[in-house]
Amino acid sequence: MSVPGHLNFYIDPARCIGCQACVQACTECDTHKGISMIHLETVDRAHSTQTIPVVCMHCDSPTCAEVCPADAIKRTPDGVVQSARKPRCIACNNCVLACPFGVPKMKVEFELMMKCDMCYDRSSVGLKPMCASVCPSQALFFGTREEIEAARPQSAPIDRFQFGNQTITTKVKMMGPRSVAGARPEHLDVTAALDPNPPGRSISLGVLNGSR
Amino acid sequence: MAQDTTPSSQLRVLTPDGRPSDEQPKWRKDFPIDTAQDNYVARRDFTKFMVLISGSFVAGQAWIALKTLGGKHTGIGPRAIARVGDIAIGQAATFVYPDEHDVCLLVRAGEEEFLAYSNKCSHLSCPVTPDVNSGRLVCPCHHGSFDLATGRPLAGPPRRPLARIVLEVRDGTIYATGVEERTV
Repeated sequence: MSVPGHLNFYIDPARCIGCQACVQACTECDTHKGISMIHLETVDRAHSTQTIPVVCMHCDSPTCAEVCPADAIKRTPDGVVQSARKPRCIACNNCVLACPFGVPKMKVEFELMMKCDMCYDRSSVGLKPMCASVCPSQALFFGTREEIEAARPQSAPIDRFQFGNQTITTKVKMMGPRSVAGARPEHLDVTAALDPNPPGRSISLGVLNGSR
Repeated sequence: MAQDTTPSSQLRVLTPDGRPSDEQPKWRKDFPIDTAQDNYVARRDFTKFMVLISGSFVAGQAWIALKTLGGKHTGIGPRAIARVGDIAIGQAATFVYPDEHDVCLLVRAGEEEFLAYSNKCSHLSCPVTPDVNSGRLVCPCHHGSFDLATGRPLAGPPRRPLARIVLEVRDGTIYATGVEERTV
């Protein structure tokens, strides 16, 4: 079984209302029952109520797997980066520190890294992951590209992220504004967006700065 | 699951430095990220593994065969273990035979009746203790018991009898002359 190729995961942080439904639903997933793998992050707690759901982006070159000294993190042929394999994981925390999106969670009580696996028991049979099935504002969306394009004409999916010198291409797509100065966003320069005054190399994280 | 829904060729395999996969260092091929490559076993590796494992089995069998063919209980000879007068009727004593690690039990059941068994319970090698009045050897570990007259198991987990030590009484001295290993 594998995740059908026409189904994609889209994150639209601008639509997140911080209701925690995804966090609760995540604990219901059978691949990691009782433990939520989703991170619901606040952006700028002092000045904004904006929250961002962070699920695994399932990178094409997963940094977590690249740094794993125990060869424990593997990707299935459908591009889903799975949780660390229990017999191999040595709980060294390398992946937790290396992941640019901060996704893996170290479960010290199990001596095991656990991460979002796109609810592999569900998505591999074509069902929505738990979080996407409950998200009331569909900030987490699981479906076809046609569906998301019809539903969000103002947004475009981005799957390339620039972290310093590292370009990361992901399976999970992040929705960003469709046009900034007439051009479709090619990638998101995350380190530049961390700068208070982002240079105009690409789009700035306007949605996150609240300047939209 | 139909292959055309998720062909693996659809998977974009990118390396962190962006160079093609044949230019990557060898360690990256040795530690693949994708499950298909991780589960892949080359025919040569499989054959090597199989030859080494079966070779070691053959070597082990040959070693056992040589050991069995070689010295067969050569070191065991008669050994004086006690004087008749040392042990009262109904008493027991321990001795070692044939090696210093093989503790055995000598029981005087009657005026002329000496019995000797290995002290190791045939279940898990706990030391057995004699209970001459009830005619048993009792293992305290799992409450196994053996018949004092024959060494055969009477109750509990042990299935095999205790090894019997063949005794010989000459001129008031008790000699152990051999070990009788029994399976039933």
